[in-house]
Amino acid sequence: MSRLQVVSGKGGTGKTTVAAALALALATEGKRTLLVEVEGRQGIAQLFETEALPYEERKIAVAPGGGEVFALAIDPELALLDYLQMFYKLGGAGRALKKIGAVDFATTIAPGLRDVLLTGKACEAVRRKERSGRFVYDYVVMDAPPTGRVTRFLNVNDEVAGLAKIGPIHNQAQAVMRVLKSPETAVHLVTLLEEMPVQETSDGIAELRSARLPVGRVVVNMVRPEVLDAAMLEQVRGTPRTALARSLSSAGLGGARRGGHAERLVDPLLRQAEEYAERYALEHEQRAVLSDLGLPLHELPLLAEGMDLAGLYELATELRKQGMS
Amino acid sequence: MSPDAAQESSRRLAPTRVLDLDPLLDDPETRIVVCCGSGGVGKTTTAAALGLRAAERGRKVVVLTIDPARRLAQSMGIDSLDNVPRRVKGIEDSAGGDLHAMMLDMKRTFDEIVEAHADPERAAAILGNPFYQSLSAGFAGTQEYMAMEKLGQLRARDEWDLIVVDTPPSRSALDFLDAPKRLGSFLDGRLIRLLTAPAKLGGRAGMKFLNVGMSMMTGTLGKLLGGQLLKDVQTFVAAMDTTFGGFRTRADATYKLLQAPGTAFLVVAAPERDALREAAYFVERLAAEDMPLAGLVLNRVHGSGAAQLSAERALAAAENLEEPRIVDQVGGKAGLRNSPDTYGSSDSAESPASESTSGPGSPATEAATDSADHPATDTPAGAADGDHPAGDRPADARAADDRPVDEVAAGLLRLHAERMQLLSREQRTRDRFTALHPEVAVAEVAALPGDVHDLLGLRDIGDRLAANRPELPDSAGKTVDTEL
Repeated sequence: MSRLQVVSGKGGTGKTTVAAALALALATEGKRTLLVEVEGRQGIAQLFETEALPYEERKIAVAPGGGEVFALAIDPELALLDYLQMFYKLGGAGRALKKIGAVDFATTIAPGLRDVLLTGKACEAVRRKERSGRFVYDYVVMDAPPTGRVTRFLNVNDEVAGLAKIGPIHNQAQAVMRVLKSPETAVHLVTLLEEMPVQETSDGIAELRSARLPVGRVVVNMVRPEVLDAAMLEQVRGTPRTALARSLSSAGLGGARRGGHAERLVDPLLRQAEEYAERYALEHEQRAVLSDLGLPLHELPLLAEGMDLAGLYELATELRKQGMS
Repeated sequence: MSPDAAQESSRRLAPTRVLDLDPLLDDPETRIVVCCGSGGVGKTTTAAALGLRAAERGRKVVVLTIDPARRLAQSMGIDSLDNVPRRVKGIEDSAGGDLHAMMLDMKRTFDEIVEAHADPERAAAILGNPFYQSLSAGFAGTQEYMAMEKLGQLRARDEWDLIVVDTPPSRSALDFLDAPKRLGSFLDGRLIRLLTAPAKLGGRAGMKFLNVGMSMMTGTLGKLLGGQLLKDVQTFVAAMDTTFGGFRTRADATYKLLQAPGTAFLVVAAPERDALREAAYFVERLAAEDMPLAGLVLNRVHGSGAAQLSAERALAAAENLEEPRIVDQVGGKAGLRNSPDTYGSSDSAESPASESTSGPGSPATEAATDSADHPATDTPAGAADGDHPAGDRPADARAADDRPVDEVAAGLLRLHAERMQLLSREQRTRDRFTALHPEVAVAEVAALPGDVHDLLGLRDIGDRLAANRPELPDSAGKTVDTEL
């Protein structure tokens, strides 16, 4: 099992949720995982229903079975100063750089430097060891940028190593790439059973592969329950409206005669079934596209009550059950 | 759907203020519409649908999209990235309007700016600089900046009377607001002076005082970046020096353009917690920047033509329909129907005990009898129903033959219950937003089962956008006789 698990996906597919559930799922008995946020959205804090995370690793949850989940929201600016201090003993110069706008430049404008800092910090957490030689974190789960940008984000160090051909940044960039391109890393993509996210997933996989980044699994999120199966949909098509009206009426929903309460339900209910059937067919198509990708596929249910902390644990249990941890 | 049901469901979903999009699109004063919002909420589709609608209502429109889905781009004829607006064929132009669309090529736009602002020799030096090449392709914020730059260019050409812009799928969805300012502050900053200084001053005596600090700084930067990269950056900055003035002026102009009265921002969201949280943030941010917000477009809102039937009642009725079999097994006591003990044991109901009749006097039977009073109203629902026995059967004799119908009805009721649960979840999320921002007008767009990838689909979305309330499933233009 790769120790750095990167989770990406099209916007709106719930990649932060999946990353958090995965961090919980991986924190089995005695294990410690670090959940890393790189986009400054504070999505993790919201999911775990805690206050905004500082730039500091802190325990946010105990997983089922007793493992621990830590979280870190990486602030690029602080990460840069951190770096300067840690690697180059440049604390004072760092402050001076900040004063002239160089830190702003590095973290918001300079090509890829921001991404270098973010991936660098995550890789540092992956490699960090205790005095005893044990890894501080058994797993690091990264809530990464969306599919459209993730390859560039992960690959940025390659580019930087090319731009800065010598010097500490060059060395640092190369060290990060060694982790990212090794089996130590797996990039998972989250999708929905809809055309655009599925298309983006397969494009994303192709991009990751051509950059020689290790593709992990595909997680289909928010899968709606199969309320009616294909056979039942067939049966719906063959059922007369009047019979339906009488059946609804017999269930206590009012009169079956024209204009009766039960009769007035028939059309809207059939229309909802029609929409369901259309979506059902589309979902089957998309599921087929996904299974052609040749990657392990996992499905997580849409939670009827919306996403909350309990739901997160439910998804983590589901991921464990499906062998993703 | 009966009118009262329609009223009821639209009342349930009615926003505090309704966003009326047609007057906005028709108003000749409206020159720019910016669609913004977090990723995955249908921003691009909304922008394209608004553009098409405005064009078909007679305006000369150009839609600037950033990263459209492939099939949507193809349907508009802009699947090639040539950074030039292309005329969209197949629109209804009887009102005298037309529609162009283009997809932003970030690098190309950047190159064009350089070419426009530098002499050919200098431009070549810049375009060939490795630092520039990396910057123009992947600069954090370049896409945002270039989208705004392109908007400024299109506006300056004055060939269209309405520009609809789709914003980049930024991490914060707000970066495009910051991009011009950020670039401006960078260009005005001490860093840029520092970077340009060594090349410009070259150690002139009078500047000694400055140079001490600077060489320390460049020393630090050189140590960090590596000497060669620093040199690339310096060469780049020096070459760009004359170009920068233009950049900054344009960045400021674009920012002012966004604040101008002819601009309308639409925040796009879906009725989901995260998307609406971003939308609320966006609304606040736009207000802080004095950017004119027209309203919120809430995509993918679900409705129901049977909203009068609650999820709970639908589920209870579904259980009711699935239970008689169990009742038969335990001795035909209809009174057990609603007993919680029988709930969940329907697996055991696959037994042959099938002579199911509801006990006389059970509420269900009473309700059912009124249908028997009006046999003449029976109409077929689907093509295959002609020989279905249940259609002719007296209602008080519900028997084994009714079982398939009851199963279907129960299935439809469960589906309805799921829909109603979704509805109330969406409403809760939306109410939270409305409570925070009651001043924001909202246009709701009913959810479609599939994706949109042709003009017909965009036109449909446009109709839904302008309809002022979510089109419930049964008012979506389908006739009542539509078959499944």
